[in-house]
Amino acid sequence: MTTMRIRANKFLKKIAEKILPILTILFLLTVVWYFFTIYLNSAMQIDKYDRQGISWNISKLVLDTMSQERPKLPAPHQIAEEIWKTTVEKKITSKRSLIYHSSITLSSTIVGFMLGTVLGVVLAVSIVENRAMESSLMPWIIASQTIPILAIAPMIIVVLNSLGFSGLLPKALISTYLSFFPIVVGMVKGLRSPDIILVDLMKTYNSSKVDIFFKLRLPASVPFLFTSMKVAIAISLVGAIVGELPTGAVAGLGARLLTGSYYGQTIQIWSALIMASILAATLVFSIQAIGYLVSKKMGYTNEEA
Amino acid sequence: MTDKIISAKNVELKFGRGSEEVVALKNISLEVGAGEFVSFIGPSGCGKTTFLRTVAALEKPTSGHILVNGVSPDEARTNRAYGYVFQSAGLYPWRNISKNVSLPLEIMNYSREEISKRVSESLNLVELNGFEKKFPWQLSGGMQQRASIARALSFDADLLLMDEPFGALDEIVRDHLNEQLLDLWQKTGKTICFVTHSIPEAVFLSTKIVVMSPRPGRIVDVIKSPFPSSRSLEIRDSKEFISISQRVREGLRSGYDYNENKG
Repeated sequence: MTTMRIRANKFLKKIAEKILPILTILFLLTVVWYFFTIYLNSAMQIDKYDRQGISWNISKLVLDTMSQERPKLPAPHQIAEEIWKTTVEKKITSKRSLIYHSSITLSSTIVGFMLGTVLGVVLAVSIVENRAMESSLMPWIIASQTIPILAIAPMIIVVLNSLGFSGLLPKALISTYLSFFPIVVGMVKGLRSPDIILVDLMKTYNSSKVDIFFKLRLPASVPFLFTSMKVAIAISLVGAIVGELPTGAVAGLGARLLTGSYYGQTIQIWSALIMASILAATLVFSIQAIGYLVSKKMGYTNEEA
Repeated sequence: MTDKIISAKNVELKFGRGSEEVVALKNISLEVGAGEFVSFIGPSGCGKTTFLRTVAALEKPTSGHILVNGVSPDEARTNRAYGYVFQSAGLYPWRNISKNVSLPLEIMNYSREEISKRVSESLNLVELNGFEKKFPWQLSGGMQQRASIARALSFDADLLLMDEPFGALDEIVRDHLNEQLLDLWQKTGKTICFVTHSIPEAVFLSTKIVVMSPRPGRIVDVIKSPFPSSRSLEIRDSKEFISISQRVREGLRSGYDYNENKG
């Protein structure tokens, strides 16, 4: 009994150690947020009082700034309410369900991320195995990332549309465009990470390049792959959202952001933003969890996960 | 087949060009017979590791001839004539001990039954049975190095090349491993080339000690050991042991000018 209680206590302590700092920052942010909500929205509220000849005091003003329909900055509870209404209380199939829009964005994020990972790994392998590939490809790979994605995204969409591709694929390709880069960089580093003596060791076995690749370079690169996949999946989401902006914004979190800004629906914009960051956090965490399990299964020590 | 496992004649090896040129090996002539235990000793930069790498075909001599098992080092490598043990254990962190030992066997396409038989035999030789499923990070430095020796033994090459295998270990562990290595050498009858920095280690283990000197890397003395192949740590207090150690030390001193860099 006592050992169980000790173990439970330890577990709680561990959780508290991890969560308390996060909650502290969250609390501070919320306080600052409320302060700015009141500060930014009060001018408009006072203006409204004056026009309608309503007498007001400070506490009425504070309350009213937090319940405007189109505030400059919505209060956190307004956003939470909106998210609740558009997720739990709406049917998933509804055009106003945030879950529906998230799933649209999520699907092109995942497709783009997977394409980007495959592309990145293929490029990294060809760079590591072939010097000529490195000097010819690497400058272009780096140059590709210096172009602002906002500038090139509409081009990709337009070109692909005229080729008959629309919907998910063009958006996914923008995610691919962003996400292959960290994969290339991470995998090149990972494939080259084995110590020189490990490569020499393989040579003393008279092993082929194929053996060196599959038995040494590839397994050694796995931790690097997961680290870059964490970066890649987060920017895949950004890519998918950016890709939704110029398509005329039919569906997806990007569309919610765009329609929200058309109609000054700040609460809608903020709830889409919050949803996007929840999504990003979930995706990054999932990759991290898979990476942890894989490293553990491979026998790497925990600290490398 | 010849009973000369290694025979080197006037081997010379240079790295770099022009003013950057370093003569790593100069005029190395040496023969190592079957079943010998040869130590290479000398200060850093004397080419002892380079010579071992040349035998293993990891470096190519600039001039001179070297034969391993009567054929060129490249051919000897193709025949899988030697096992190589590096200074650090170099175990793959994602493979457990038995998988690490089986690595060369997998590359050499041994059958599954043969692999598991040879892995357990090799682990037996280095007294690591029972640790098959452990991962390298769960083992001490000495055990890791033993696992790497087991890996070099697993495909039963006649020649074992060891590059300061115990250099990073503390003296107590090192003494223990030296005894184990002697034991293993007698049991298997392998030829061993052993690079070391330590005079007692070299004198204790070897049937032949090659004293080398840097700039350019060359052999200054070759000492035959009078000790029987079966020996214990006690011989280190004997007169012969001390006199051989002295001769090694003199050889090292004669070939090395400690003020060279200051000039």
